[in-house]
Amino acid sequence: MTDLETFRAETRAWLEVNCPPEMREPMKSEDDACWGGRKWTFQSDAQRQWLEVMAERGWTVPDWPKDYGGGGLLPAESKVLREELRAIGARSPLTSFGISMLGPALLKYGTEEQKRRFLPEIARGEIRWCQGYSEPGAGSDLAGLQTKCEDRGDHWLVNGQKVWTSYADQADWIFCLVRTSAESKQGGISFLLFDMESPGVSTKPILLISGYSPFCETFFDDVKVPKDQVVGGVNRGWDVAKYLLQHEREMISGMGLGGGGSALLGKLLGTIEDPFLRAEVAAFDVDALAFTAMSEHFLDQLKAGEAHPAMPSMMKYSGTELNKRRHELIMAAGGSDTLEWDSERTRGGKPAREWLRTKANSIEGGTSEIQLGIVAKHILRLPGA
Amino acid sequence: MTLLTDDQKQLQDMARTFLGEEGTIKQQLRHWRDTGCKDGFGHGLWKQFAELGLTGVAIPEDQGGLGLGATEAALVLEEIGRNLTPSPFLTTAVAAAKGLEGTGQGERWFPGILAGDTVAALAIDEGKHHAPEQVALEARRQGNGFVLNGAKQFVVHGASADLVLVVARTGGSPGEREGVTLFAVERGASGLDVENVTLTDSSKAARLTFHDVAVDADAVVGEVDGGWTPLSRALAAGRAGSAAELVGVAAGASDMTVDYLKARKQFGRLIGEFQALQHRAAHLHSEIEIARAAAWKAAELLDRDAPQAELMVYVAKAKAARSASLAVQEGVQMHGGIGMTDEHDIGLYMKREAVLGSLWGDWRYHARQVAELSGY
Repeated sequence: MTDLETFRAETRAWLEVNCPPEMREPMKSEDDACWGGRKWTFQSDAQRQWLEVMAERGWTVPDWPKDYGGGGLLPAESKVLREELRAIGARSPLTSFGISMLGPALLKYGTEEQKRRFLPEIARGEIRWCQGYSEPGAGSDLAGLQTKCEDRGDHWLVNGQKVWTSYADQADWIFCLVRTSAESKQGGISFLLFDMESPGVSTKPILLISGYSPFCETFFDDVKVPKDQVVGGVNRGWDVAKYLLQHEREMISGMGLGGGGSALLGKLLGTIEDPFLRAEVAAFDVDALAFTAMSEHFLDQLKAGEAHPAMPSMMKYSGTELNKRRHELIMAAGGSDTLEWDSERTRGGKPAREWLRTKANSIEGGTSEIQLGIVAKHILRLPGA
Repeated sequence: MTLLTDDQKQLQDMARTFLGEEGTIKQQLRHWRDTGCKDGFGHGLWKQFAELGLTGVAIPEDQGGLGLGATEAALVLEEIGRNLTPSPFLTTAVAAAKGLEGTGQGERWFPGILAGDTVAALAIDEGKHHAPEQVALEARRQGNGFVLNGAKQFVVHGASADLVLVVARTGGSPGEREGVTLFAVERGASGLDVENVTLTDSSKAARLTFHDVAVDADAVVGEVDGGWTPLSRALAAGRAGSAAELVGVAAGASDMTVDYLKARKQFGRLIGEFQALQHRAAHLHSEIEIARAAAWKAAELLDRDAPQAELMVYVAKAKAARSASLAVQEGVQMHGGIGMTDEHDIGLYMKREAVLGSLWGDWRYHARQVAELSGY
């Protein structure tokens, strides 16, 4: 056996023993995900156990270095692990902005001390992070942000407001873009980390069209932050922010067909009487399976370091537009059943609420129009883009 | 792994250089079109394919071929598509070669294909839409052989072909896969009437009429009544190949259009500065990348003989045809008036897409197969 085959055999055997049966059942919705953090209540013993054994092995973040709580796996090994996890239908042990967004940015831009301090607790799911990017006056034009961060000698003083902060009310810490200089738009931004329990931080959930409140307004009123919690250098935060956005887009594009994974929509819906709808669903399944092939190819390119830096924008654009189409078709197939908002039958209007939720997919993390602009500029190199 | 190996990259480079230098629109497509060539392609170039070993891309090594697969064929076909190079590569070296694989007829025809002397065609459709199950052309047993009666259309390269693989019915009824038999019919067979038709893209396809065409029993490719097996093999390879060629057509049209956006000025600005065009170009680019990934995935699954290959071939052909259709329509529109002229090449991409997109089933046909295969 090659080393990789041995690794596969050992991994399979270990998962067989250590992955609880409940964690091999498909997630019914986003609510079944394990987010971790100081405020987290595990939904089951199995969920707790699965996180603990995976974190112990460094496999919540298999390709991070072992020193920072990762598994230290080679790209080929981590692909094998992914395949074996998928083969048994294992749920992700930990869903976390720390893993998908902040971690990669810290690995690239953090000081050694910052990496040792923050990464292991992300890997173990002990601290839940939220992202402070958008502001009321800075959405697509993110670099126009105004949250003020003043140097007060032995600390920073932060004043301002963020919006669309996902799960801010449940998060322990925030990674936040702040303005440390007014002299340059992009060159006056710093990337700051601080505890959400710091005095002066408050959050207010925003009620969305889905009836859910996954996002908050977040207010900073004379928040004091220690000086060593800037990542990537003062006024150098824009590079960190952009790098992190790439990872966010990769994550969102990966979730593009969320819930259904690569299962065909037509199979999920069963017999479709209306020939118009059937044709639309078949056309969707063609696009969805083709996009799944693209995702696999993109992931391989990424791991091999061959992906164009603007590719995450293309993936994010295509994946989110597909997911919106998927939910349009689910609603069409469900007819008036899926219009019920409060019935038991629909578990409180799940289909309609999820359909509405997908409308944010092509807004959050940079709108579809922003992504198309990035593709036009950086891949097609069109003038003035 | 969905990335190319070093060998595959080398083959891709070779095909790109070869077709970029020898297979250009000016030297091949326009030349043969404007000189009224009856074949619609140049035999000299087909010989060059052979000299480079490309005619043997799908033929097993022990029969003198390269013994490569659908992935390698796809790499060559993308370059053919990009240059709109007319050639019998897809029908002969990809589809027919796969249909003949493992049959007695393979030994008979592979040497000629390898040498670049033989052109092969597939005679499947009998109506204006692709529907292989509906085959009605009758093959009646007579003596030691069969007698063929019926008609075929959209037989690409049918008039130039030395060998036509004819799908006929020896049993069952139209609509059934059982009772279909594949015959190897040679050029000049008695009773075979050939009408050479020029298609929209200047390629040639024949309408064939069979009047008591007698063939020997050994003209059967595979088994009597079991022709669906070699036919499926040929069609899978052909459809995956046409998907790859369509990706090339799409990429060629898109590149030409993006270049135009960077050169054409209106209102004192390059038109590529307008966001309305930028976003459409970026969307088109995404669709082509996705189509390529689907085409490669289908080829990879065919090469591994994986059970999901059939589904993915349908997906690839449908996706590639739609993306290419978008590419040529956006291409002509964004070129404006010049795009409507024969002088400009962008319109040639539109014409090629129309033919290739329909060959062996258009995107609607393939989307319907996805639904039927998946049971909805």
